[in-house]
Amino acid sequence: MVHPNPDAGGAGSPLIEFRTLSKIYGTGTAAVAALRGVDLTIDAGEFVAFMGPSGSGKSTAMNILGCLDVPSAGSYRFSGTAVETLDRDARATLRRHYLGFVFQGFNLLARTSALENVELPLLYRRVGPRERHQRAAEALATVGLTGWETHTPNELSGGQQQRVAIARALVSLPTVLLADEPTGNLDTVRSHDIMHLLRDLNQTRGITVVMVTHEAEMAAYASRILSFRDGQLESSAAARGA
Amino acid sequence: MMLWNALLLGLREIRRNMLRSFLTVLGIVIGVAAVIVIVTLGTGATLQVKDQIGSLGSNMLIVRPGQRMGPGMTSTAPAFTVNDAAAITREIPNIVAVAPTNSQSATAIAGNANWATTVTGADNAFFTVRAWSLASGRVFNDAELRAGRAVCILGASVKRQLFGAQDPLAGTLRLNKLACEIIGVLVAKGQSTMGADQDDLVIVPLRTLQRRIVGNQDIRLLQLSVRDAADTDRVRTDLERLLRERRHLAKIEENNFSIMDMKEIMATMAGTTRTLTGLLGAVGAVSLLVGGIGIMNIMLVSVTERTREIGIRLAIGALEHEVLLQFLVEAVVLSALGGVLGIVVAVLGSLVLAHALGVPFVLEPGIIVLALLFSGVVGVVFGFYPARKAARLNPIDALRHE
Repeated sequence: MVHPNPDAGGAGSPLIEFRTLSKIYGTGTAAVAALRGVDLTIDAGEFVAFMGPSGSGKSTAMNILGCLDVPSAGSYRFSGTAVETLDRDARATLRRHYLGFVFQGFNLLARTSALENVELPLLYRRVGPRERHQRAAEALATVGLTGWETHTPNELSGGQQQRVAIARALVSLPTVLLADEPTGNLDTVRSHDIMHLLRDLNQTRGITVVMVTHEAEMAAYASRILSFRDGQLESSAAARGA
Repeated sequence: MMLWNALLLGLREIRRNMLRSFLTVLGIVIGVAAVIVIVTLGTGATLQVKDQIGSLGSNMLIVRPGQRMGPGMTSTAPAFTVNDAAAITREIPNIVAVAPTNSQSATAIAGNANWATTVTGADNAFFTVRAWSLASGRVFNDAELRAGRAVCILGASVKRQLFGAQDPLAGTLRLNKLACEIIGVLVAKGQSTMGADQDDLVIVPLRTLQRRIVGNQDIRLLQLSVRDAADTDRVRTDLERLLRERRHLAKIEENNFSIMDMKEIMATMAGTTRTLTGLLGAVGAVSLLVGGIGIMNIMLVSVTERTREIGIRLAIGALEHEVLLQFLVEAVVLSALGGVLGIVVAVLGSLVLAHALGVPFVLEPGIIVLALLFSGVVGVVFGFYPARKAARLNPIDALRHE
């Protein structure tokens, strides 16, 4: 198993680098190219928003970035490690140590308390029970959910569930936080709460945040916007210049 | 450490999803219990039939005057005599014993209790031929047999009906008008294969019956015990020839007596029992299969609906084998729990049913192990296989699964 070592990349290389990355779903005439030769780089500490209409490839790019999916062609370097050469377990290990996920649908385990949901990543990292409880409680405090530890997802509002999901992503101290439409299921007030939280995490903790959204209002929280259209980056050059 | 983690995660999921866990366990319980109950009851019934056949005494020939008759027909054939029995003992080789008997229904009275039963006149050969021993007391002595004394030996049912738990020995039993001394009680043989109570009889010396109860010298039944290694067919032929001669039958006349060979009856019965056992095995196999399909269903459904959960676990950094180990733990724990509960339910159910059906309770360890193994394997395989399928998906595909 190739163990990724992002710290070995050195200061010169970017944290995330796509080179002519493609993703094709299906085969033959039914093949659909979701990404066609995307080049992008994201540096440590950035807050990047992927924007674009449905089917533009922004979510696909995010999933490949998060090692939840594999590219069809091209290369993806995470802190110098060629991710496309890693096997399943190595990709899982990379997720475990460096990535945190926040999804549109929250994806919390049902009938499982907020605290236990947040503890889960630590369980897979073999953190002992006492430290697990403590770190999970701290993560919940960070997202402002102290006092809600024993509630299960169906006893929490959408905004609270998304906070639990963010706490779960945070608890393992990830290098990158990946948020796929984190406000998609929330009303405006809750959406802004979540965006403030993400921006704070980016600014005060230096966590790199990559977010997919189709709302310009939410994308405005990012330090850089990458616009996708038909599987390609539309304005990366312009955005990078901005 | 990894196993401990998987155990923790697995048990937590079981506890958290009580209904799902309960349904899974229920499926396994029903599968296991159905098989064990069916086979246990079947084994008991088979054993009972075998016992009943055995209790008749093997290697026995039964000779009656007259041909076997249909309903409503009466025989005009003459009865046998004590001399016929003596001639058989004298002239036919390979005979262990001949028991000439006659019977009549009678009311047995003891104290203020009475019971309608059958009184059989016999000598001590009867006990040999029927392989019937005494629970207490003694058999007839020569003086009693010769003089036709008023002594009797009770069948277990008669003893129970008239004396209950009391000891009837040395007491007096009135058979119609004859008061006789009770000298022995037979061991219980239970129901015959045809359902009649074999223990519902009183035995008196043959001469006592002839002189003091029936009032004639007829022998209505000859029961012969043939030596174990002997050729029964040969004995039968000899017997037929001897009886035709003694009954002065001309060549063209048909036999006016019939010989029944218990071996033939037993062979038929044994065949029936074998068929029954085979049928039982088939029913057991089908219930095992049905139970297995039930377990398979519930496992497939419960794991498939958890594909998204598997996706979540993978996304937050679980390795494929960690997820699989957790599902394996869940499947093993649920299958084991279901198996053990199934055995408990099966044993209790079999006990109750065996009692209700009057069948002996015989637990076959083999079928318990088989049912347990089969359900366990089915539960684990079908709990594990869909989990493996889900864990091998790209995490994003598992996450998107609805």
